[in-house]
Amino acid sequence: MPDIQNYTLNFGPQHPAAHGVLRMVLELDGEVVVRADPHIGFLHRATEKLVETRTWIQSLPYMDRLDYMSMMASEHAYCLALERMLGIEVPVRAQYIRVMFDEITRILNHLMFIGSHGLDVGAMTMMLYGCREREDLMDCYEAVSGTRWHAAYYRPGGVYRDLPDSMPQYKESKWKNGARLKQLNEARSGTFLDFLQDFVNRFPKIVDDYETLLTDNRIWKQRLVDVGVVPPDRALQLGFTGAMLRGSGFAWDLRKKQPYAVYDRLDFDIPVGTAGDCYDRYLVRINEMRQSNRLLQQCIDWLRANPGPVVSDNAKVARPSRVDMKTNMEALIHHFKLCSEGFHVPEGQVYSAVEHPKGEFGVYVVSDGANKPYRLKIRSSGYVHLSAMDELVRGHMIADVVTMMGTIDIVFGEIDR
Amino acid sequence: MSAKIELLSQNLRKHFGDRIAGLQTALGEITVDIDAAAYPEAMLTLRDEPELGFEQLIDLCGVDYSAYGDGRWQGRRFAVVVHLLSIAHNWRLRVRCFAPDDDFPAVPSVVSVWNSANWFEREAFDLYGIVFPGHADLRRILTDYGFIGHPFRKDFPVSGHVEMRYDPEQKRVVYQPVTIEPREITPRIVREENYGGVKNA
Repeated sequence: MPDIQNYTLNFGPQHPAAHGVLRMVLELDGEVVVRADPHIGFLHRATEKLVETRTWIQSLPYMDRLDYMSMMASEHAYCLALERMLGIEVPVRAQYIRVMFDEITRILNHLMFIGSHGLDVGAMTMMLYGCREREDLMDCYEAVSGTRWHAAYYRPGGVYRDLPDSMPQYKESKWKNGARLKQLNEARSGTFLDFLQDFVNRFPKIVDDYETLLTDNRIWKQRLVDVGVVPPDRALQLGFTGAMLRGSGFAWDLRKKQPYAVYDRLDFDIPVGTAGDCYDRYLVRINEMRQSNRLLQQCIDWLRANPGPVVSDNAKVARPSRVDMKTNMEALIHHFKLCSEGFHVPEGQVYSAVEHPKGEFGVYVVSDGANKPYRLKIRSSGYVHLSAMDELVRGHMIADVVTMMGTIDIVFGEIDR
Repeated sequence: MSAKIELLSQNLRKHFGDRIAGLQTALGEITVDIDAAAYPEAMLTLRDEPELGFEQLIDLCGVDYSAYGDGRWQGRRFAVVVHLLSIAHNWRLRVRCFAPDDDFPAVPSVVSVWNSANWFEREAFDLYGIVFPGHADLRRILTDYGFIGHPFRKDFPVSGHVEMRYDPEQKRVVYQPVTIEPREITPRIVREENYGGVKNA
C-alpha cells in the first residue's frame, strides 16, 4: 500500500477565478478540500490611514474605490455618518435620488454577480448578457456624475447635482448608422428619467431570460444545489449579512429593519431562502433585482412629480452653487473655506450602516473635532464572508471552491481596503 | 427608536450593574466601556442573555488614541471597539475596551464567543499591534509577508519606512529606506471652543 499524503495547492493570486487577487493555500485529500487558508491584502491600499490625512470631503471619493462593483452604495454609508454627526437635514428629493442610485447600483452589482458566478461555474454567456444591461446603468452613472465608475456623486447634505434633462446620444460612425443609430438613440431622446424608465420597462423580461438560462438549467443546479450549505446558527456566528444571511432564512434587510433615506416610504419585499446553499443565494439575488426594479419605478414616479433642491442649504457643509459663488461675496468665502480647510465635524463617534448589495456596509467614524477624520473604520461584508471560506469549502471538491467564491460575491477592493 | 435605546440601556444596567465603566448615549447609539478584565465574561452575557441577545458581531477594530485632539487625550492609548447587532431585538451596541498596557497592548479574544471576530482580531493585531490572548491563529493579514511595524499607529508615517524597487545589478527586488519627502497639503486643524464667537459646525 503506497503512502498517500495530503497535497497542498496554491490557488492564485493571479487566477481568473480568484475575482481579483486572492491567494488561497488549499490542503487537499485527493480532490477533497481539507483546509483552506485565504491570504488577502494584495490590494491593500490602507484607505483608512489615507483618509486620516485628507479632509472629510476629500475622503469621499475613496469610498467609490472600495467596492468597485457597487460604488454609490459605499458613498451612501459615509455620507449618512457625516450627516448624523453634523446634524444636517437632507432634502427629500436628494434622498429619493440616493435611493434610486442605490438600487441602480444593486442591479449593477447583481448583474456582475450572476455574470461572474456563471463564468466561474461554466455558463459563459451570462457574463455577456450581464454586461449588456450594465452598459445602460453605467450610462446613468455617467449622466449624473460624468464618470461610469468612481462617481463621487453623493455629498454630505445631498447629491452633487440634479438629474440631467437630456442624455448623451450616439453619434454616426462606421458601425452605428441609419436605422440602427435611430434605434439606439430612441430611449435617449428624452430626459434622464425617461431613459431609466425605458430600462425599468425592459428589465423584468430580461431577468426572465436570465432565469430561463440558469434557474432550471441542469448543470447550473448540479453545481449549486446543496453546495456550501450554511445553517442559520452558523450564519449568525460567522457574521453573515445581506444575501448570505437571507439565503439561510433570515428576513433581515437594513432597508426594512433600520430604514435610512426614504426606504420606509417605499414598497418592496425581502426575498428569503430556505436551504442556505449557493442555489438559494442565487435565487435571493435574482429576486432582489426584481425588487430593485420595483423601487426604481417608485422613485421615478416620485421624482417626476416633485422637483426641488437636491442639496442642503447649509453653506457650512454643502458647496454653494456656481452662480452664487461668482456673484455673492459670502458664497465665495464659503466656497474658499470648504475647498481649502474643509468643514469640521463635531467631536464624537458614529457607526452608520447601509444595505450594500453584498451585505452590511458600515462606516465607523471617530472625530476629535478636526477637519479630518481621526479614525475611520470600514466594515465591509466581503471581508467577513471571506473569513468563513475555510468553513464553507471544507469537505467540498476542489471545483466547488470557485462556486463558493462566486456565491460570496467577493470584490477585493472592499476586502483589502 | 429612542424607546428601544432606553429599553436597551435599562437592560444593560440591570445585567451589568457596576461592571461597566461607562455607558453613554449619543447620536442614537449606546457606547459601553468595559474593563479588559471583565471583557470576556461581559461579552458572553451580551450574547447569551435573552434580554440583550446580541447574536452577531458586526465589526471589531483597533483605535490608537495617542494623537486624539492634538494631544488632549489623557487615557490609555489603544482601544478595541466592537459593534454588536441583535437580529431578534433589532438593536445595536458599541463596546469599547481599552488595553491596560500601552507598551504591550493586549485584550482578550472573543473568537470563541463570535467566530466572525477571527479576521477582525487578526487585522487589529496587524495594523495596531494589539495582541489577543486566546486567539488560535494570530497572524498578520493585510500587510505584506515579512512586514515590520504596525502601520495604523499614529506614529507610523503614511509613506512608511521602506520602499521596494528592482535592482538591475543584483537582478532582484530590494527594499531600501523611503525616498519620499513627507508633505501635508491641508493641515489638520482642531478649532478651539467658540472659535470666532460661534459654535463649531
